[in-house]
Formats: sequence, structure tokens, C-alpha cells
Amino acid sequence: MTPAGSLLAAHDLRKTYGSTPALDGASFSVHPGEVVAVMGPSGSGKSTLLHCLAGIVTPDAGTITYDGRELSAMSDAERSALRRTDFGFVFQFGQLVPELTCVENVALPLRLNGVKRREAERTARKWMERLEVEDLAAQRPGQVSGGQGQRVAVARALVASPKVVFADEPTGALDSLNGERVMELLTESARTANTAVVLVTHEARVAAYSDRDIVVRDGRCRDLEFAV
Amino acid sequence: MSIGHTLLGLLESGPRHGYDLKRAFDEKFGHDRPLHYGQVYATMSRLLKNGLVEVDGVETDGGPERKRYAITDAGITDVAAWLAQPEKPEPYLQSTLYTKVVLALLTGRDAADLLDAQRSEHLRLMRILTDRKRRGDLADQLICDHALFHLEADLRWLELTSARLGKLAEVIAP
Repeated sequence: MTPAGSLLAAHDLRKTYGSTPALDGASFSVHPGEVVAVMGPSGSGKSTLLHCLAGIVTPDAGTITYDGRELSAMSDAERSALRRTDFGFVFQFGQLVPELTCVENVALPLRLNGVKRREAERTARKWMERLEVEDLAAQRPGQVSGGQGQRVAVARALVASPKVVFADEPTGALDSLNGERVMELLTESARTANTAVVLVTHEARVAAYSDRDIVVRDGRCRDLEFAV
Repeated sequence: MSIGHTLLGLLESGPRHGYDLKRAFDEKFGHDRPLHYGQVYATMSRLLKNGLVEVDGVETDGGPERKRYAITDAGITDVAAWLAQPEKPEPYLQSTLYTKVVLALLTGRDAADLLDAQRSEHLRLMRILTDRKRRGDLADQLICDHALFHLEADLRWLELTSARLGKLAEVIAP
């Protein structure tokens, strides 16, 4: 049931919170290096879909296959390891660690993967340069603007060369100009690194940076390209 | 867009030949729709007749005659009035789309499908514009942004209508 060539695919996902179905037969796939926007009204299930795909939430039913392996067949430890090594995350509000400097924040995924501090920070600085925030290396998140913080978060999401970046409303807290720059840098960096991006957004101008979009409605995905 | 006013405005910086005017227009505003020579000369004849421009000189250079146009004081006043006059906001009623949605509901077809197909088409164009914006200069960016914001507004209407289909179906039920 996995679409040919897909890196990450979900089939017939179902997830209920209490008596409310969040996902009701949702299917999805993303290819290596592809940027897919997941759109839909509030409460349609798009964030639940993202959390399931990233192995953060376990669906009640359905299958998720990543790189030929089924997520539900993995142990919690294996899924955690996968999130550290193969996945990157960007959220609406950077969610940087306030006690760490920006460069330490960016280096964090590498440090968690056992990379030595100096090497991790060297790689982190390279990514900060690409995201045009190299000057903020020594600052703490509280000292930088929202747009800058979000670029630091994008650098952190990409630093460990993940295969997939999950971005949940990454520009939701930014003005148009900053949001646009974050999207430009995120998609450009991801494409250069052949990293797939699953981009949850309700903003069409943000979704326009994707290669393809799907709409989640009432817990089901509609993909017009493949619908007919 | 008023081509006459735009050409007049371009003349404010100094006299130009018709060909120069066309080139300046295409470079700054033409993008997808360059002016035809016929449009330039027809417009200049009208402006000349209305006293908004005058012929500043005629050159031949061994070829056909080329008139050089200069803006008159009346022309400058006209440009100033045009610039100062706000454009009428167009409440662009989605009449065709609205009609299609209502007809789909009346005939028992899937109106949500129709809206989704339109949504997809809008986003396809938005992707093209976003890509063009990314490759272009500041002028391209501003022009594309203008189109993108309008398309985004349409998309919001599509989303809202999509969420209100049930209610709409009740209202228009025969």
C-alpha cells in the first residue's frame, strides 16, 4: 500500500481523542526531497496527522511506513532514535531552550546523537550561516527577535541532516516579511540537502512554497493530484 | 491600468520617442503584457490631440520619421490628478464561482469537489508566482506579492464557502 518511491507513507490512519475522531482514514505520502503542504481548517486533524507521521502519537489503526520500516513495529526507543537521527522539527514558536545560546540550541540534535561539542558547534555554525543568523551564535533565545529565533529553529531542524523535517505552522507567529524569508530559507535548504518537508499550514501563501499540497478535512486527506 | 497616464508619467522625466516609451513601459510595467507599437502610437495621438503632450522634435536618421514627445503643463497636471485619485476598491464578487457552487448544490453534484478543484488551481498559480518571486528582482517581488495576496483572499473565500456548504444547501433548497 506504500506509494512507489515514497520515503514516508501513511495508510488509512485512524485516531480518536475521547469520542472525537481526529483522523478517520487518512492516507499520505512524501518522497525524498519533496515539500508537501498539509492544509485544512482548524480542528481538521492536520496536526494529529503530523504527530502520527513523526511517531510522536500512535494511531489507533492504520500503518505508517518510513524508509521501508513500519513505525508501529518499532519499540519506543527505536522511534525516539529515529526522531533524533532522521527527523527534524520546527514548531510555531521556535521552542528553543532558553538557557542555551543559539549555537548550542542548533547543535543540540548533534550532541544528543553523540557528536562532540566542538564538532557539533562547528556544523551548527555552518547551518546558522546558511539561515543568515550566524551573528546570533552567542545570544540566548530571549535576546533575539521572533523571525531570528525561527531561523535558529530551522537551522536546528536541519543540522543533523534529517531525511524529513516536520514543520507545524512555522510562520504562524511571524509577520509577512519574516515568514516569507523563513519559508524561502527552509525550502531552499531542504531542497539542497534532499530533505523532505511535511509542512502543516493554514496559510496559502506559505503552502505556495511547497511542491504539492493535500487538504485534511474531517480527518481524511484529499490530494487532488492523485484523486482522479 | 491607464496606459495613457502611465506613458504621460514616463514622459515627466524628459522627452522620448515612441519606441523609447514602449521600451520603458515594457521594462517597468509590461512583464506579461508588453505594449504593441500600435497601442503606443494610438495613445500618443490621443494625448497629442488633448494637449497633454506636444511634439518636441522630429528625427529621420535616414529612416522613417520619428517624433519625440514632451509632456505639457496640462499633462503634468493630469498625471498629478490621476496619482492623487484613489482607485475604486473592486469588491470582486466571485459571481462565476458562486453561481457554480449554487448550481452544483441545486443539481445534486458535489460542490465540495468543485471548491477543492478551484482551490488547487489557485494554489498552482500561487506556486508559479512564488517561484517567479524567488528568482526575480524587487519589482517582480512586489508585482507577484500583489497577485499572491489577491489569490489568497480568493482562497479564504473558497475555504469559508466550503465550511458553509451545508447551510447554503439548506438556504437554496428548492
